[in-house]
Amino acid sequence: MPPEAAVALDPAAAIAAGFPEGSVVPQEGPGAPTDQPTWVVRREVLRDLCRALRDNPKTRFDLLLDVCGVDYPEREERFESVYHLYSMPRGRRLRLKVPVAEGDARIPSVVPVWKGADWFEREVYDMFGVVFEDHPNLRRILTHDGFQGHALRKDYDPARRWILTEDKIYMPKLVAPPGRSDSMFERMTINIGPSHPAMHGTFRFVAMVDGEEIVASEVEIGYLHRCMEKMSETHTWQQVIPYTDRLNYCSSFINNVAYCRTVEKLLGVEVPPKAVWARTILSEFSRVMDHCVANGSSLVDTGALTNFWYFFQVREEIYGLLEAVCGARLTVSACRIGGLLADLPPDFVARCRRLLEFIPPLIDDVEKLIDKNRIWIDRSVGIAAISGEDAVNWSWTGPCLRASGVAYDVRKAHPYDLYDTVDWQVPVLYGGDTYDRYKVRMLEIRQSLSIIRQLLDRGMPEGPFVVDDPHVALPSKEACYNQMESMIYHFKLIMDGIQVPPGETYLMTEGANGELGFYVVSDGSGKPYRLHVRAPCFPIFSTFSDLMRGHSISDAIATLGGLNVIAGELER
Amino acid sequence: MTELEARPEALQLPGVQDHPKEVRPRPMSLGERLYLPLLAGMTVTLRHFFQNIFRTRERVTIQYPEERRDYSHRYRGHHILTTRPDGSVRCVACFLCATACPADCIHIEAGEHHDVNVEKYPVVYEIDMLRCVFCGYCVDACPEEAIIMSNNYDMAFYSRSQSIVGKEDLMKPFTFDPGKLGYRPRFPEEEEKRAAMRREAFDLVAAAKAKGEPQSRVAAG
Repeated sequence: MPPEAAVALDPAAAIAAGFPEGSVVPQEGPGAPTDQPTWVVRREVLRDLCRALRDNPKTRFDLLLDVCGVDYPEREERFESVYHLYSMPRGRRLRLKVPVAEGDARIPSVVPVWKGADWFEREVYDMFGVVFEDHPNLRRILTHDGFQGHALRKDYDPARRWILTEDKIYMPKLVAPPGRSDSMFERMTINIGPSHPAMHGTFRFVAMVDGEEIVASEVEIGYLHRCMEKMSETHTWQQVIPYTDRLNYCSSFINNVAYCRTVEKLLGVEVPPKAVWARTILSEFSRVMDHCVANGSSLVDTGALTNFWYFFQVREEIYGLLEAVCGARLTVSACRIGGLLADLPPDFVARCRRLLEFIPPLIDDVEKLIDKNRIWIDRSVGIAAISGEDAVNWSWTGPCLRASGVAYDVRKAHPYDLYDTVDWQVPVLYGGDTYDRYKVRMLEIRQSLSIIRQLLDRGMPEGPFVVDDPHVALPSKEACYNQMESMIYHFKLIMDGIQVPPGETYLMTEGANGELGFYVVSDGSGKPYRLHVRAPCFPIFSTFSDLMRGHSISDAIATLGGLNVIAGELER
Repeated sequence: MTELEARPEALQLPGVQDHPKEVRPRPMSLGERLYLPLLAGMTVTLRHFFQNIFRTRERVTIQYPEERRDYSHRYRGHHILTTRPDGSVRCVACFLCATACPADCIHIEAGEHHDVNVEKYPVVYEIDMLRCVFCGYCVDACPEEAIIMSNNYDMAFYSRSQSIVGKEDLMKPFTFDPGKLGYRPRFPEEEEKRAAMRREAFDLVAAAKAKGEPQSRVAAG
């Protein structure tokens, strides 16, 4: 039971006090996470507690950011289901942990409270075998139906391989809502994907159509699941960076930054100003690039191919900049824990300035082509519209949420890097449809360019590009050749990896399509104990079949591009 | 705990920019309903079209593979094993690159070197180019500058076994063409800086000599 003072200060604690003794216990003292309040909750009260936390006007935890599992085989209650909550109006965060034993791994589902929990819980079920009671559709999500065992359990051998045949192919049982009996069409079930050009990656979309109209549908994902989270547990902290490149591969630099910031926070490392400056600029360029791809592919699906080339010129030139900095274009691996991989090239500022002149005319051209184009307006206005409240309940974040009138942007709400030192604005639109999602991205591109311009005007900070700490960053080659001590550090760092102190943390970064969060648990060995990625497009895509009800198949294709669902990030 | 809680001013969201009217396309004017803005769009397309025809220097496409894009001298491409002046491999088979590799694509078998000062050398050094993710960790890890990367990006193979590149093939290409070097510990601009530092150090030593001071003290500094 929380102490009196805490109850008075924190309305969330007051709610916890209303539950039976011992069922909601704040985690405090040594060893407890320090990044946000954490409560250990008994499963019996979970759903009531969640509903109270969501509905109480003083707490309003309206956004369920993430649900993930952690396995502690040595504990009696082995599995822990971790919920990250966020209160949009109050800007507070809360973590709930629900421990369950292996023999009785059942937790009441919170789907009745937050619809966004649907896929999150399925993922925990798939990876850990925890059963969520009253879940509407509890089956595997990332792995194949024929897969045996639960991959993220600690006793599951990472090198294990299965031959999975397609004889158990899943066919969703779509139930059409009772409705129009006067329909002159026969109902038909159409399967699109997993390998279909319209699916932008590998998704499977099964829709029951009544004439042109989708009456029920289901999405199946998991065709690009690469066990990124399991593989991180077998690699050192530094070696995980190339894995993060492949999450949202349209803006891999932001993933690098998000991961490195999380580990730096656990380590307590201060990143040198030059690296922070470069990270902010390159993140914004990556965001521009990602928005260009999202809008370009959304437009190309409706037949507007020309824009695609203009957008891709932008992307191509930004790749040129990234390649000059780090030597790779798509999967950059440009960050290191504590800074960057190399010093910035001497022509970095000049290159950025050239890009700032090069990009805006192309963006203008796209707007001239599209903004008042009736074909695009007819195809996008009012299509797949979602209200702000619904979007929050479905755990949406990022540009898609901002198109529905909710002004949540991590860069404004929880500023990091240099975002609170520059003057910029969060564009918000209210339609919540495909058109507004396109438009929010266009407005954000301009804001990003403005951020970059201000940072360039400020000038490049002097100093090192990576933290000068031999326990974190490799010493320079010069030092390594000439000093015995540096040589030893060099060997130690590569053989044993960075020794991150035990602890856990969740840190969020504004990715190109929403809040990109890394929840990491360290046990003090040189490798992550558990690393979970809160992928922004995962909950967004879980809404897809709901969103498409009443629209046509061609609208579904046009919407998919606008949601910017990236398979690499969705399925990890 | 404090860092994660939103700052109070962020709750009122001062940076929020409302665009309710200007960007909502409805209601469409008569001209818009008659698809007239498509003509404006067509002018944009035609402008690009004629630019591409007449201003060939600004064309964004190139005639690959006859023309190649220039990549920076940091490009992370095909690896190179560097050599000593006598042509033998510089690698001392310390296995740091294989340890640092996140993709486990480097295979080394060490043997005893005839020169006692070198101790070890790689009898087998293979990189599986299909496993490699070109992250450059091996270059960062190498304490001998024995493995660096080139800016060669076109690696195509007819079979999987061809993708495993051995020591001789890694030593062969690009070694003597500085224009084809890629990601490596020293980039040209830093090399200049280092050369300047070296010159300065030499000057100091020379100055010390002229003064008749013992050299060791200056050198140590």
